[in-house]
Amino acid sequence: MSMRGRLTTVIVLFLVAVGLLVLSVATFLKPGTPGGVTDFTKSQAAGQPVHILAQTVGSIGFGAHPTWVSYMVMNPTTHKWVQDTTWKLPAHTKIDMTIEQFDSGSPLRNQEWGQILGTFGHSMQLNGKTVSVYNSFTGTGVGHTFAVPTLGVSVPLVGVNGSDTLCGVAPCSTKMPHNEISFSFETQGAGSYPWQCFVPCGLGFLYGNGGPMSTQNYMGGFLEVVNS
Amino acid sequence: MTTSENPVNGETRHLRRMTNIWLVISVVADLLFWFLVGPHMAPGRLTSTAKANQLDINLLVIIALPVMIAVWVFMGYSIRTWSDKRGGPEPVGGEVARGNKKVQVAWIVITSVIVLFLAGFGTVALISDHGSGGGEGPNPIWAPNGATAAETAALTTGDSWSPSSGKVLVVQVIAQQWKFTYRYPAFGGFETTQLILPTDTTIAFNVTSLDVIHSFWAYQLSVKADANPQANNVAFTDTTTSGSFVVRCSELCGLWHGAMFDYGKVVSQSAFMTWATNAEAANATNTKDLAPFAWTYVPDANGSAGGYYIDGGVTPYSKAELYGAKP
Repeated sequence: MSMRGRLTTVIVLFLVAVGLLVLSVATFLKPGTPGGVTDFTKSQAAGQPVHILAQTVGSIGFGAHPTWVSYMVMNPTTHKWVQDTTWKLPAHTKIDMTIEQFDSGSPLRNQEWGQILGTFGHSMQLNGKTVSVYNSFTGTGVGHTFAVPTLGVSVPLVGVNGSDTLCGVAPCSTKMPHNEISFSFETQGAGSYPWQCFVPCGLGFLYGNGGPMSTQNYMGGFLEVVNS
Repeated sequence: MTTSENPVNGETRHLRRMTNIWLVISVVADLLFWFLVGPHMAPGRLTSTAKANQLDINLLVIIALPVMIAVWVFMGYSIRTWSDKRGGPEPVGGEVARGNKKVQVAWIVITSVIVLFLAGFGTVALISDHGSGGGEGPNPIWAPNGATAAETAALTTGDSWSPSSGKVLVVQVIAQQWKFTYRYPAFGGFETTQLILPTDTTIAFNVTSLDVIHSFWAYQLSVKADANPQANNVAFTDTTTSGSFVVRCSELCGLWHGAMFDYGKVVSQSAFMTWATNAEAANATNTKDLAPFAWTYVPDANGSAGGYYIDGGVTPYSKAELYGAKP
């Protein structure tokens, strides 16, 4: 092979190697589960409270991981249930949140999360009854929590009786056994606020924090707070 | 150097010049650093540990600057003085281009002395500052006075603390995916997500984890201790002035590791007492449902099977197994 041919071969191989490297890095950096964003900034007049309706289900019943636990949220525009955990919210606004909890419960790994923290009145409404602390070692225990650590918000989602016939495919009808939990909190300035469940509910995963606990659109996500 | 110069006289003259230049620049650089930059170096001066660590960093820089400047001065002087000039005489080889034993020995001796001095200094600082804010494991060998008594009281008779007591304040740090919580055994063992500390007090952090490996890093306090499940890692510091600090997890611990941070405060002793007393009362209902205060907790009932969370085929957790005191 001539010198020119050798040089061309070396350059081509070098470019292929660089291309493969770039592709590998790009694939590594790409988020694992692409998800949508549910926009709550246009569902009410400016300055008015935002209403979020969500569900927690013991098994999502569809998709790549039908047996995983998951959050669902009602899209305020289409009024359809979606499996998004990134919610766009207006800054400095009261958020009225209602969660329909369809999963069973157990004692908390850390009873600290049995307290209702960071909400208006440091309390929640559990099926219409005001609760400020829930002892997870009594009754049906706690199935999940809704917590926004950077806002100091933490709310235990009391479980339903595990011996009942539970909803196995989301979205769940309110005719199925569930607890209705409602509470309010206020967003702060614009920014990205991660939220998560503090019950290690990833069954079959180390310490329960793998699987749905470590995959976006299941048991954690972001409050994308924007200025109005 | 040209062939017309006496090599020995020339070397001495150049060495003297380089030394003078190095000395002036080093003194100026060290003084500028010490007075202008040093007071602002990390991690600040919120605790005695932070002060000591800031001093350590500043001392290292003060020593390192002259070494670095010596290399730069030698390089710069050499380039300017002995660089080959176009049309000039050929560089001289042979005897004068070989190594200088005196310079080599001096370099080895000086750098060895510096390294040995720093090793001694670091060891003394580590011991005298009770571990310098690092986790010392469950049985710290450099515990400050009163720490053992406070730790024992926290587990047995019930610890207490007040501004006039002069006691060590025991604070337990509990890491979990993905949040730190804190227990105060001197105030009934209440647990909270807030880390508030009094000024002018020796703090004994007892760090543990409920799940995977985390690391408690209170940056401005200059405290850093690994949080391991079923292990108690003790770190000490003495708070000095009031201020805020950041707490971060410094061990990659899962999806929300980046969100595992919060902010703490060092406040006056009276303000701390007010906060702690109020928090104890506000948390009383939940505190009675917490596990008895212990150095570690065993959250995984079926841990013997590999620490997997309950999967429906295992007997449901009991209170003690879920979050209970280790015997």
